[in-house]
Amino acid sequence: MSNHGHRVEELDRVTIRFAGDSGDGMQSAGQQFTNTSAVFGNDVSTMPDFPAEIRAPAGSIPGVSAFQVSFSSHDIHTPGDVPDVLVAMNPAALQAHLGDLPKGATLIVNSDEFTETNLKKADYDSNPLEDGSLAGYRLVKAPVSTMNARALKDSGLNTKQIDRSKNFFALGLMFWLYERPLEPTLRWIHDRFGKNPEVASANETTLRAGYNFGETAELFPVHYRVPPAHLPPGRYRNITGNEATALGFVAASVRSGRPLFYGSYPITPASDILHELARLKSFGVRTFQAEDEIAAVGAAIGAAFGGSLGLTGTSGPGLALKSEAIGLAVMTELPIVIAAIQRSGPSTGMPTKIEQTDLLQVMFGRNGECPVAVVAPATPVECFDMAIEAFRIALRHMVPTVFLSDGYLATGSQPWRLPEIEDLPRIEVKFATDPETFRPYERDPDTLARPWAIPGTPGLEHRIGGLEKADGTGNVSYSPENHWRMVRYRAEKVERIAEDIPELEVIGDEEGELLVLGWGSTYGAIITAVERARADGASVSCAHLRYLNPFPHNLGDVLSRFEKVLIPELNLGQLRMLIRSRYLVDAKGLNKVTGRPFLTSEIQAEIGAMLTSKVPVS
Amino acid sequence: MTTEAKEQPPRTGPPAGAPAEPPRLGRKDFVSDQEVRWCPGCGDYSVLAQTQKLMPELGIPRENIVFISGIGCSSRLPYYMNTYGFHGIHGRAPTIATGLKATRPDLHVWVVTGDGDALSIGGNHLLHVLRRNVDLVMVLFNNRIYGLTKGQYSPTSEVGKRTKSSPAGTIDYPLNPLSVALGAEATFAARSLDIDVHHLIETLDRAAKHKGTSFVEVYQNCNVYNDGAFMEFADKAVRPDRTVLLEQGKPLIFGKDRDQGIRLNGTTPEVVRLGENGVTEADLLVHDETRHDPAIAYILARMEFPEYPVPMGVFRAVSRPTYDELMEQQIRDAQTQHGEGDLGALLSEGDTWVVE
Repeated sequence: MSNHGHRVEELDRVTIRFAGDSGDGMQSAGQQFTNTSAVFGNDVSTMPDFPAEIRAPAGSIPGVSAFQVSFSSHDIHTPGDVPDVLVAMNPAALQAHLGDLPKGATLIVNSDEFTETNLKKADYDSNPLEDGSLAGYRLVKAPVSTMNARALKDSGLNTKQIDRSKNFFALGLMFWLYERPLEPTLRWIHDRFGKNPEVASANETTLRAGYNFGETAELFPVHYRVPPAHLPPGRYRNITGNEATALGFVAASVRSGRPLFYGSYPITPASDILHELARLKSFGVRTFQAEDEIAAVGAAIGAAFGGSLGLTGTSGPGLALKSEAIGLAVMTELPIVIAAIQRSGPSTGMPTKIEQTDLLQVMFGRNGECPVAVVAPATPVECFDMAIEAFRIALRHMVPTVFLSDGYLATGSQPWRLPEIEDLPRIEVKFATDPETFRPYERDPDTLARPWAIPGTPGLEHRIGGLEKADGTGNVSYSPENHWRMVRYRAEKVERIAEDIPELEVIGDEEGELLVLGWGSTYGAIITAVERARADGASVSCAHLRYLNPFPHNLGDVLSRFEKVLIPELNLGQLRMLIRSRYLVDAKGLNKVTGRPFLTSEIQAEIGAMLTSKVPVS
Repeated sequence: MTTEAKEQPPRTGPPAGAPAEPPRLGRKDFVSDQEVRWCPGCGDYSVLAQTQKLMPELGIPRENIVFISGIGCSSRLPYYMNTYGFHGIHGRAPTIATGLKATRPDLHVWVVTGDGDALSIGGNHLLHVLRRNVDLVMVLFNNRIYGLTKGQYSPTSEVGKRTKSSPAGTIDYPLNPLSVALGAEATFAARSLDIDVHHLIETLDRAAKHKGTSFVEVYQNCNVYNDGAFMEFADKAVRPDRTVLLEQGKPLIFGKDRDQGIRLNGTTPEVVRLGENGVTEADLLVHDETRHDPAIAYILARMEFPEYPVPMGVFRAVSRPTYDELMEQQIRDAQTQHGEGDLGALLSEGDTWVVE
């Protein structure tokens, strides 16, 4: 019992979805809740879901912005299939998200916003708070707008500013309901609004008012505690995939001793990488906001020619524009990295929604036989390691390398155990310097990499370009034999990277009836589904590819040890196509292209359906 | 934990060991071992020769010079220069050059391009390299035709031109390269002629010494697909009467007998004869390439034959901070203000917590 007579119940895991108008500050409320829970010691996983429009008409369904956070006393891999709690700040948010809320779950609404006008904007004919349609839920009607306005009536802010603070009232209420400390958010408020003390003070006031409202109002008979998780010891921070990506590239720069150059044109969901890197000038990071996607990659190629880490970043539509230039980097064998943060397509598609539909574009979307290396992080935190890995491969093998992430990883967050700097890979860079032995297209016998000879080195003056190169000298060549040799060199060079990457790891038994093979951001849903099925006694294992070109050399062997292979992907079967053609394995696909990630239950159901020894689907 | 903190910030330059005193070089030191493959009689030979001749005069070590090009006949030039070179993709040379110069301000970068490469497929990059004022020389070989693809009209071809792709004559209105350059805030804009070798090397020399993007349009004859495109005014016999040389601080006088000039009537240039109707040198437009306002340079750029003599020389040469210099400065400022980046500190930014 807490000191106000509320019962405290201990829970293992809770998933909350904050939903409101784009202008209601749901992303920031969700982020604060996440950060607080992470600092408190829970494992957390998040999924923001926002419209591409900055401000769709207020109160409309297209204007709804949501943030889902799952926090737990054990380690978790997904932001949760369905929320336990939905916080709906207006009727449109309720209309848009109620469908995902299971019966019996808690529904907290800002009852003040359920006016006739707002109900109409959200396509409600009658008020759901009164017509009995929400009977199956634990409905909590909280007058958030009026309580917030009352708390801030002496704040000195105008009505509009006051109304803008109501997300912090709701946040305070949720902090009370789940016994969260206020300090991390108070610190954030004062860092963020330090220069604007009135706003800072108002946010603090309403945050506390929301918290106290929970304690004093008789809305909740019970409040909850989710104890800290037993995570491996170390220092942690919460981090999104895009932040981790940017830091990984900076780490690659520090560990290779070469300056980082980032050429990019703003595009959702990759722009945060540009924002992050643009503020890291003290690391010698040069960011170039280019006039278009082609200029961004062209400049990265120029930077790589000069001896810097040449990086460009984009999403699907931008990647399509960069194709020709990536081919130039393949031909000139310069070590650029292309960060491709996938989103829903084709064409402009749904910019803020999630898909894995650019794998084949990355593999084959160029003219000619034009192989590149491809790595793909599986979690937001892994974005850090795979960003370093992308440059390690690019530099060691002198090959353009794609870092293939997606919007789910980019904007999702999880706790990150900070690495020891000395444990990070050291990337060795060797420039050619000897005019006596230098030949621009001489190859390293192990890797087939050509030398990196940068302008400014006396005696090594040479010309490169997009025309076919003569083996060794790099002069222009139209010889059929030479072209055949060079095409195979470029392919073989990428194939040999397989000797330089870790083997594919199988989670679960090394052999059995079913292998679930995945790549990218589906990892969390896959591993959770497989763990649950295994707990039910199913003969199922999983393996997750972080290296998509080349594949780890034991992949064929792993596939051969299972009777069946299931490949869940947020596309129509792109990895499956590669696996089937390469290994002649009759892999089945579980495919979904809705702009939404997999639910664990969807994968679990498919596992159940594929196993002959039927296991119950829990 | 933060042992990397003291690690040296990445150097941008090549490994140490460059000779302190470069030997005196001549033109042949800048001739590569590659066979030149332009058509015999092409105007490109002249630009190549003048460029190779200019290089030793600049006193820049050969290894610090980079020629970057796009696609087209002119874009083969880097292969023939015994410097570092990069033959890029169509229209994108300015992007490669920008990335190189932004990371390696120590290098002397040239971009070689053509009318199709720079004004058609690469039009966007041309605008942006100029407005950014990246410190490089950009030489646009304008032959008003697509040569490498065997004779289609280009964005500088005159209206009505009959080519393989315009048998009934073109209906595309042409771009004026210098108008475009001035509109894009070029800090240096000049024009020269392939067959006027003295003027050409002088103009290239000026361009090389300007800080910022130096844009040079060279009228270049394609003797296979557009022979004689400029001969109406470029032919040696008529050139003095049909071109006017822009010289800093001097009135615009032209003609074999130097008896004609350009007078500005409002914003309209007029050809006048000295001594007629009381016109004296004092009435003529005096060229000032350093004028910050590009309006007069723009008026000059649009003077075309036969209405006017064609102006040759430097239209504009003004000073503005370069992109590479400003980028360097921001990095230096950040390092002065916050110290050189500490990776350990960066990773543990924001709220952190310890799990025992």
